[in-house]
Amino acid sequence: MAELHAQTLTELAAGLRAGKFSSVELTRHFLERISKYDAELNAFITVTSELALAQAADADARIAAGTASALTGLPLAHKDIFCTDGVLTTCGSKMLSNFVSPYDATVVTRLKQAGMVMLGKTNMDEFAMGSSNETSFYGAVKNPWNLAKVPGGSSGGSAAAVAARIAPAATGTDTGGSIRQPAALTSLTGIKPTYGRVSRYGMIAFASSLDQGGVMCLSAEDAALLLQSMSGFDVQDSTSVDTPVPDYSATLNQSLKGLKIGLVKEFFEQGLSNENAKPVREALAVYEQLGARLVEVSLPNLPLSVPTYYVVAPAECSSNLSRFDGVRFGYRCDNPRDLQDLYTRSRGEGFGSEVKRRIMTGTYVLSAGYYDAYYLRAQKIRRLITEEFANAFKQVDVLMGPTSPTTAFDIGAKVDDPVTMYLNDIYTIGANLAGLPAMSIPCGFLDGLPVGLQIIGGHFAEAKLLNVAHGYQQVTDWHKRMPERYA
Amino acid sequence: MSLTRKDVEAIAHLARLAITEEEASLYADSLSRILHLVEQLNAADVSTTEPMAHPLAGLVQRLRADEVTATDQHEKFQLNAGKVSSGLYLVPKVIE
Repeated sequence: MAELHAQTLTELAAGLRAGKFSSVELTRHFLERISKYDAELNAFITVTSELALAQAADADARIAAGTASALTGLPLAHKDIFCTDGVLTTCGSKMLSNFVSPYDATVVTRLKQAGMVMLGKTNMDEFAMGSSNETSFYGAVKNPWNLAKVPGGSSGGSAAAVAARIAPAATGTDTGGSIRQPAALTSLTGIKPTYGRVSRYGMIAFASSLDQGGVMCLSAEDAALLLQSMSGFDVQDSTSVDTPVPDYSATLNQSLKGLKIGLVKEFFEQGLSNENAKPVREALAVYEQLGARLVEVSLPNLPLSVPTYYVVAPAECSSNLSRFDGVRFGYRCDNPRDLQDLYTRSRGEGFGSEVKRRIMTGTYVLSAGYYDAYYLRAQKIRRLITEEFANAFKQVDVLMGPTSPTTAFDIGAKVDDPVTMYLNDIYTIGANLAGLPAMSIPCGFLDGLPVGLQIIGGHFAEAKLLNVAHGYQQVTDWHKRMPERYA
Repeated sequence: MSLTRKDVEAIAHLARLAITEEEASLYADSLSRILHLVEQLNAADVSTTEPMAHPLAGLVQRLRADEVTATDQHEKFQLNAGKVSSGLYLVPKVIE
């Protein structure tokens, strides 16, 4: 039997069911790995060892009693953006460094009810604003493939934890690429579902029309298993969609013969180094061998997705983050002179520099005299981009291309230039603007650093994406590679 | 579009953010660069396009029945507040 941490969630579930090990043993194994490796990775903000062992004991009792679900007894880590009852929930910010959530997010509730064991809360860019996990109040996270490199962001802690096998899976959130880009940079399978598929209740808001929760794990099979439990209608989220959740695992093995794959012309034209395009093109050749057909499609306004996003997302963020006022929860400055001083200093001292930059960008584009020129215009272009995607899906089943323009870059390389940092999300943002489901799967390495293949589908096509990803993972083994240091 | 330090101070005031003079200069530079990036949007023809606020067409905000669904947990919630007394949130005096 392979070491516990070398197994996928699906394999671990089978081992638990067969009585090869208990959930307590499994949980202890991962907690030991966290205490051994996390000092160098900084993937966790909070480790909930006692709670995890108690949940594992409960899970073992459920398995013994025959009342277990497919996920009972399996450990996972939650991104620290998800509220967890009675547990510190910081969102990577000094502003919430003292916040003990009084309730669980719906995602947390559902996975808890399924019997999953929470190992802890993972590090992230502050309020999910960043592409390198360097904006966290809790410090940068290291990439397990090379500790001098970033793991991507904003779900960088979740990515590093799973890549280093100190957690078998983790939740993430994706507003502009925050699941897919770190998944690509650390060689994981990550999926951002359709907007409205997974409840946003208790997921701390950044840009509410773009935010969506999802998972980061070792295979499409694992993603199907997790997404099954996380998805579905939630009355607590006013944008949750009341559409039945299909059985994601049931269609994983469907043949890919005749699959029409759209190659977005603009994806391959924009700033992608030829070197980086190579593993992606090789992956496309594998799909052709599996019987798929490649079709070039054009989305002429897609190159505008970055500027569109950097109007829409900051605008929504400036509104969402106005709730932090130093009064009801969160950081409160010392000795405020008056109410105005309480507000401005609590916010000025509690938010980090990137969050302040985005709040101010948003405040500016929404301010009187500039609203039409920036915000309204961006919303119109958002429609153009969305319509272009819809047209593309009339011709093809899925779109494919690179997830990220480069492999993982050096820690500190881009922190001084926000615009360069923003361009990391050039391939991922379109799916958020249009609300589409999208994945990143490992498709190779360049100089020892992972490269991700992005797969985008039409609204609610999660089952198709997982099927397409699984087909590739049946004939390749990139997703099974793990960093030697953590083997 | 370039922003000056004074522009940034005005925006920070609107956003209720206390920033230092040094920060204001840095933000004047980085916000100007972001606005320069955003100017690319002027290239698109949107003369006949309706704005889109939400990614799923036809989705409407649901209303719920006007019934009590939450229980009183103010003591639990107020554990996260900086200053409370007798169930009230304390702030600096507003009216002299």
